Amino acid sequence: MYQQVSYSDQYTFFQKLRSFDLVLLFCIITLGIISSFSMYSTDGGELLYHSKSHILRFLIFFIMMFFFSFLSIRFWHAIGYLFYIVVLGLLIWTSFYGVTSSGSKRWLNLYFINLQPSELMKIAIIICYAKLYHRLQINNVNQIKNLVIPITILVLPILLVVSQPDLGTSILIALSGIIVMWLAGINIKYFIYTFLTFLISTPFIISFLKPYQKLRILTFFDPDKDPLGAGYQIIQSKIAVGSGGFTGKGFLKGTQSYLEFLPEKHTDFIFTLFSEEHGFIGSTFLLLIYAIMIFRIIKIGSDTRSFFGKLFCFGFGSAIFVYVTINMSMVLGLLPIVGSPLPIMSYGGSSMLATMIGLSIVMSAKIHSRQTVS
Amino acid sequence: MFSGGDTFVRKLSTLNRRVFILSLAKGIIFTGIVARLFSLQINENKKYLTLSDKNRLREWRLPPVRGQFLDYFGNVIAGNLKVYQLHVVPEDVDNFKALMNRLREILKLSDKQFAKIMKKKNSQKPWETLVISENLTWDEFSKINFYLHDLIGAKPVLSVARNYPYNETFTHVLGYVGEASENDLIRNETIKQNHVAGLRVGKIGLEKTFENYLIGTNGVQRYEVNAYGKRINQLDFEEGTKGQDIKLTLDLEVQKLAGELLGDKAGSISVMDIYTGDIIAMQSSPSFNPNLFLYGISQQDWDLIKTNPLKPLVNKTVYGLYSPGSTIKPIVALSALENDIISPKNTVLCTGKMEMYGQTYHCWKKKGHGYMDLRNAIKQSCDTYFYETARKLGVDRLSLTAKKFGLGNTVLKGTIGNEKKGLIPNTTWKKQQLGQGWVLGETIITGIGQGYIQTTPLQLCLMTAQLANGGFKIYPRITVEKNQDSLEKIKFKMKQSALTAKEEINPIRKEVKEFFNIKDKEYQTLFRNPENIKFVLEAMWGSTNEVMGTSFGSRLKDKKYEFAGKTGTAQVKKITERHRELELKAKDVPYEERDHALYVAFGPYKNPRYALSILVEHGGSGSTTAAPMAKKLFKLIIDRHEEREKARAKNFSLAT
Repeated sequence: MYQQVSYSDQYTFFQKLRSFDLVLLFCIITLGIISSFSMYSTDGGELLYHSKSHILRFLIFFIMMFFFSFLSIRFWHAIGYLFYIVVLGLLIWTSFYGVTSSGSKRWLNLYFINLQPSELMKIAIIICYAKLYHRLQINNVNQIKNLVIPITILVLPILLVVSQPDLGTSILIALSGIIVMWLAGINIKYFIYTFLTFLISTPFIISFLKPYQKLRILTFFDPDKDPLGAGYQIIQSKIAVGSGGFTGKGFLKGTQSYLEFLPEKHTDFIFTLFSEEHGFIGSTFLLLIYAIMIFRIIKIGSDTRSFFGKLFCFGFGSAIFVYVTINMSMVLGLLPIVGSPLPIMSYGGSSMLATMIGLSIVMSAKIHSRQTVS
Repeated sequence: MFSGGDTFVRKLSTLNRRVFILSLAKGIIFTGIVARLFSLQINENKKYLTLSDKNRLREWRLPPVRGQFLDYFGNVIAGNLKVYQLHVVPEDVDNFKALMNRLREILKLSDKQFAKIMKKKNSQKPWETLVISENLTWDEFSKINFYLHDLIGAKPVLSVARNYPYNETFTHVLGYVGEASENDLIRNETIKQNHVAGLRVGKIGLEKTFENYLIGTNGVQRYEVNAYGKRINQLDFEEGTKGQDIKLTLDLEVQKLAGELLGDKAGSISVMDIYTGDIIAMQSSPSFNPNLFLYGISQQDWDLIKTNPLKPLVNKTVYGLYSPGSTIKPIVALSALENDIISPKNTVLCTGKMEMYGQTYHCWKKKGHGYMDLRNAIKQSCDTYFYETARKLGVDRLSLTAKKFGLGNTVLKGTIGNEKKGLIPNTTWKKQQLGQGWVLGETIITGIGQGYIQTTPLQLCLMTAQLANGGFKIYPRITVEKNQDSLEKIKFKMKQSALTAKEEINPIRKEVKEFFNIKDKEYQTLFRNPENIKFVLEAMWGSTNEVMGTSFGSRLKDKKYEFAGKTGTAQVKKITERHRELELKAKDVPYEERDHALYVAFGPYKNPRYALSILVEHGGSGSTTAAPMAKKLFKLIIDRHEEREKARAKNFSLAT
């Protein structure tokens, strides 16, 4: 009977339920709990707006993920391009009718939620590529035509996001796209050529950057130059992390965040707060959870049968890795400050939504690991 | 399909290979992040903990309460007054400009004041208290409190400020305080340590001399603050200590009377205890109100003080230099007696003038005094007698005696800044300073206290005191301190030194003393023969209490109050022959050419205890202007003697 089931690509509800990946679920729930407590701490130890809405969102999107996981991997393959086109459409819509906040037009007012389509694009680009390369034969991958189309698919949303302006998200989209392209088998030399071209054109690109973006990059190289201005965030973040020590200052006792020396502590700097309160032990633990999650996603990718599923899992796992690395390096003063949330931990509905969609596709790949996609 | 399958396998193997490579990279990068966490949180933990504490902890230093000045009887003569102030901490204010404009309206600040406040704001850190007003009237204070709800960030506070309750009475002794300047901070380490915005420190006088005792220490409030500088909670509070109170030897009542007697006239009065050296009064006139300086004096008031021709800013008692005039005569007489130049029986015929080496020297009495002996010459202040005596004595011997009795040197040894030494000339001095030889004519006029000789009124007081106590060196003081000698001890030491002085006439002993470099004893004798001192004092008694004496008109008949003194009239300008013939009255001469009036005295005569010196600039003659003041002063001083003795006993028992 077991064999019969194993070779069928139709699953019953209970079969699906039983094949949920518990390790991944454990990681998601752990991150959900940790993030809720951190958010509670950013609210100064009270259940206020940020913590309430974060917990609510986590619950809603977690349940959503749970149900989306039952959707067949074929479904995700089928809507691959559509998903990308819809999100691209939302991006274009945003550039016309978007809500502007702190000088950047990133959000769409959907009345029940302020949606940030660029966050969804982080997932959409991976689904789109997974489908694209699923259909391409390895021999054709490096053909000119098959280079131009994926690059266009990547460049269009990046241009839209950069013009919002939102450097951080566009870098994340670009990086996830590039990683998927590379995984799909594109010759390494193209990446080298592109990188060289990028280097040569850097001065040209810099002239297009907004002054605040230039300042951020300059500040990264010398944060002490203007400690109360542009370097403030990096300095204060390093102080918070460094003063946490081995075991941290204790839950709700992070003076740097509690006394508001930390900027953006709900979003990009949530790790700083966590690290200050829980120290080296806590931070390493959090990093470990992410590592388990990422490698679990890759494991699921290796175990799934369809190339679409594999590529998506590998791509998404790497994307999570990129988000985590960039966010942590940024708050630890290893990279310039660009807006990049920490998956699940950071406050922000669209980011949470995108992550949960990604996770539900991964879960679907696990549940439907024996399904092939034509 | 097979070939398709083959390419699919290739496609998968490429993917798997690349995922493997990527996973390795991920592992390395995550390890790198852990390493970074390790370096920040474990290696550099201390550094960042310090930085974090520096972020969140902030100290507010509170101004120390300044010590008070008390007079001998414990009256507060420089105290602290509660004042209403308005403080703003700029970083606690959301809209500083709006707040300032509102305050400007309420307090009716002038453009100049407003600009000054803004300038101050820019010069200090945003969390430092900005003092908008240091001395609000009650009206302004209540108005601020009324509008307080829309003056967020403004803090009306009750503070203490220096106050001089007797206004101009003690100005020249105490000095005054003002806001600490950059120079004050550089010069005085204690001020620097205790400095807070708006701290008042002594600018001159005893306020400056005793700064380190008076200043006290700051209170410190330590707060945890947030990123915007808002105080979240108080961590601890260290109370500051109040500065030490300083008790002075001055008597408020005598000081007040001295001020009243001098009135608007330019001059000085000093009163001293002839044994202890306690300065009982030290008044310089005209004075000014030191309270004006507390909050920065207005330009108008400052101009008024600065341009006053009578120079209220100068402490004439220690800084003013005057020819002593005839007040030097007791010293000239003593010097001549001690050096066996004359005997009291020596007589000189005074004809009103004396011709010597082609110069005519006039006596103040045009008709002359006739035959004069030494006692009469002191009593009637006969110039001719002293011309002759000085000529015989010589300026060098005279200057030795004068210096021994305290002329030509500072009296308070730096307790009051800028005290002048004055000048007691001798032949070497002239040779060195002016490069000229001494001329006998100069000796002659030095004998009546004219010429190069210059003294401060306080020196004349000390001179009189050291004569009156029988010729013993004393150590003038203005503060009451624990380790000071008591009256009984001083008298005992004087007796001892009088006894040993007799033995020291033996030249061998003197040489031994010099050989072993034995320092002079305290309260040493200033005379060779005590009879000479007695003689001079008796002659001074005559000058005040006998008919024909120069200050006879000012005598106090009651034995209890009886005092003895010597008048002096110091010429400011050489009197020309023409003027002498005109016999001008003082009031007919232009003010700045009129003579200075001087008077030195001690009393009560029977059992002397107090000495004084009086100087009135351009006051005419000593007998008409200065001596009458002494009469009133001695009345009060002696009336207060018993009370002072009681206070002395109390101060002394407190001290030991």
